[in-house]
Amino acid sequence: MKLLKSVSLGLAALTLAATVSSADTLEDTKKSGYLSCGLNTGLPGFASPDSSGVWKGIDVDACRAVAAAIFADPSKVKYAHLNAKERFTALQSGEIDMLARNTTWTATRDTSLGLTFAAVNYYDGQGFLISKKIGVNSAKELDGATVCIQAGTTTELNLTDYFKANKMEYKPITYDTSAQTIEGFETGRCDVLTSDASQLYGLRTTLKDPDSAKVLPEIISKEPLGTVVRQGDDKWFKIVRWTHIAMLNAEELGITSKNVDEMLKSPNPSIKRFLGETGKFGEYLGLDNKWAYNIIKYVGNYGEVFDRNVGKDSPLKIERGLNKLWKDGGIQYGAPIR
Amino acid sequence: MTKYKRKAQPSVAFYNNPENRAIIYQIVALAAIFLFTYFVLNNMFINIEKRGINTGFDFLGNEAGFGILQTLIPYDESNTHGRVFLVGLLNTLLVSGISIFFATVIGLLIGIGRLSKNFMISKLSMIYIETFRNIPILLQILFWYNVVLASLPSPRQSLSYLDSVFFNNRGLYIPKPVLEGGFITVIIAFVLAIIAVLYLNKWSKRRHDETGEDFPIVLTSTAIIIGAPTLVFFISGMPASLDYPALKGFNFKGGITFIPELLALAFALSIYTATYIAEAVRAGIEAVPKGQKEAANALGLKDYIILKKVILPQALRVIIPPVINQYLNLTKNSSLATAIGYPELVTVFAGTSLNQVGQAIEIILMTMAVYLIISIVISLIMNYFNAKTRIKER
Repeated sequence: MKLLKSVSLGLAALTLAATVSSADTLEDTKKSGYLSCGLNTGLPGFASPDSSGVWKGIDVDACRAVAAAIFADPSKVKYAHLNAKERFTALQSGEIDMLARNTTWTATRDTSLGLTFAAVNYYDGQGFLISKKIGVNSAKELDGATVCIQAGTTTELNLTDYFKANKMEYKPITYDTSAQTIEGFETGRCDVLTSDASQLYGLRTTLKDPDSAKVLPEIISKEPLGTVVRQGDDKWFKIVRWTHIAMLNAEELGITSKNVDEMLKSPNPSIKRFLGETGKFGEYLGLDNKWAYNIIKYVGNYGEVFDRNVGKDSPLKIERGLNKLWKDGGIQYGAPIR
Repeated sequence: MTKYKRKAQPSVAFYNNPENRAIIYQIVALAAIFLFTYFVLNNMFINIEKRGINTGFDFLGNEAGFGILQTLIPYDESNTHGRVFLVGLLNTLLVSGISIFFATVIGLLIGIGRLSKNFMISKLSMIYIETFRNIPILLQILFWYNVVLASLPSPRQSLSYLDSVFFNNRGLYIPKPVLEGGFITVIIAFVLAIIAVLYLNKWSKRRHDETGEDFPIVLTSTAIIIGAPTLVFFISGMPASLDYPALKGFNFKGGITFIPELLALAFALSIYTATYIAEAVRAGIEAVPKGQKEAANALGLKDYIILKKVILPQALRVIIPPVINQYLNLTKNSSLATAIGYPELVTVFAGTSLNQVGQAIEIILMTMAVYLIISIVISLIMNYFNAKTRIKER
C-alpha cells in the first residue's frame, strides 16, 4: 500500500505542477486574445441585454474597461453569465479571469475563498421593495412578513440580523435568480422583496406596473459591490484595480470619452501623465502606456459610466449618493497617478 | 454447477482457475478505481490549498445565519450549517416520500385503466400518459408552481372551508391537533388494534385454507384500526384539541401549513412519475399469459378477484424492477426544487450554504453522497421486495 500511495502522490504532484505553471493571467489573456469576464444573468443597470441583445450595464463596462486597457479594444471580452451560486467557483477554477457581478466585498469572501476584491465600482446597501397596497411605510412594520430573497447572497444574512435586532419574525423564500424573485413578488407569494437597493430600482422597472411598488426608506446594510480576481496574481490584480482608479481620476480631471483627444494637447501635467504623454505608468502595469487613454476613449470615465447605466441618463435614475466623487461629497476616491 | 467445474479441472494452477481469476480481476479493478479516486481527490485538495481556498468540513459547525421556510425539525438562524444539511435532507425525504406514494397510487390506477375494456377510460389514460410523459419535468414544476400561485388569492381573500381550512397563495392551512396527557390511551388502543388485526389476518387465512370461505378482511381491519382508537378517544373525554390557523398581520399563524412550493413540487413529481409507473404496470399485466385469465374466467371467478389474485401477483415481478428505477428518478428529480425555492437539500445546502461558505467541493461531495445513499437504500428495499414476489420454483 505504501508503494501505491507514493505512486499516486507522485502523479498528483505532476498534475499540480502542470496547473500552477500558468498563473500569469495577463499573459494568458493576451495569448487567447480576449478577456473572460463573469457577469450577472440579467440585472438592469448592472448587466442586462438591450433591445438588440447587446449586454449593457455598469458591470459590463467594468469588463470592457479592462479589455480596453489591455487590447485598446473594449469588445475583446467573452462574457460568462453566472448565477450567485456559480460565480466564485467559476473564478476559482479559472473559467473566468475577473468577476464583475454586483458582488459584495466581505471578509469571508476576501480571505477564505482564494479570491481578492480589486475595486468597489458601486457602493450599495440592502433595502426593501414592497407593494403600495399593503400600506407599510417603514421596514420596522414588517413583523411576520414573507420575504422573497435571491439565493446565495449576503442579503439573507443581513435580513436575519435586521429582523433579529428589531425583534421581528419573517418567512424567507429563496429563489435562484432575480427573475424568479421578482415573479414571486409579483404573484403575491411574498409581501416584500429584499435585495441591494440598486437592484430593487432595476427590478421595479421590470414589473408590469412599476408604480404599484415602492422601495422603503431603510437601508439595512453596507454593500460595497466590486470586481474580484483570483488571489496570488498581483500583476493582474493591479490591472483590474487601476482600471477602476483610472476611470475615477478621469472624471476628477474632467476627461471624458468625448474630449479625450483634445485633452491630449492639454498642458496640465496631471492630464499628460494620465494619458501617457509623460511617465511610464502603463508600462509599470505591464500594459501599453496609453492604457488610461484607451479606457476613457472607448468606455468613458466613472461618471459617464454611472450616468448612462444606472444614473440620470438611464431608466433607473438612481441618485449617485455615496458613489459621487470624494470632492462632491461621495466616497469614490481614486488614488493619484504619479 | 461450480462443483461440476472443479471436478472437471482438478489440477490447474491457482491463478488459472477461472473462479479465482474472476475474483482477482475484480480486486484489481476495484483497486484501480480506488487509486484513481484517491489520486483525483488528493490532487484537487493540494491544488485548492495552494490557491488559498479553505478546505475541510469545519464549516459544518459554523453558524448558518439564514432562515429556512419549512423545517421538520426545530431550526433557527443561529443553528449550524450541519443542521441546515439535516433540514434540507429531511425536506428532500418528505417531498420524495409524498410523491412516491401518490405516483404509485396514480400510476397503478392509470396503468390498469389503460387496459380497461371501457373505451373512455382507456383513451383518457392514454392521453394522460402521453401528455405528461413527454413534457420535461422542470417545465411541469414551473407550470404548476406558477399556475398554483397565479390562480390563488392573497391571504386576506383566502378560500376557506368551515373557517378552519384555508387556501391562499402562501399555502394550504389546516388545523393542527394538539395532544394532551390522556392521549396516550388512544395510542395504546391504536397499537392494540394493529395487533388484533394481525391475528385476525392469520385466523382468516387459516379459515380460508381449511374451509375455502372468504372473510371480508380488508373492510374489517380498516374498521378496527380506525374504530377502536376513535372510540377510546371519545370515551376518555377527547384528550386533544385543534389549533386553528388564523389570520394575524401579514399571514396565517397556527395550524399546519403546506407551502405552495411543496404542493407544486409533489404534484408535478407525482403526476410525471405516475406516467412511467402506469406504463410499467401495463407492461406487467400484459406480460401475464392470456391463458391465465381465461382459465380463471372459466372457473367463474369475478373480474376483481382475477385481477387481485391471479393477474397482479404474476405481474408484480415484471412491474417492480422498472418501478424501482422510477422511485430513484423521482428522488433525484426532487432536486429540481431549486427552481421554485422549495427548501430541500440542493436548495438550502448546495445552494445557500455553499454560497455563504464557498466550499463547493466538500458540499457537492456531501450532496452527491446523500443521493447515492438514498438510491442504494431504495434499491435494496425494492430488491428485497422483488425477491419476495418472485416465482418460487419448488
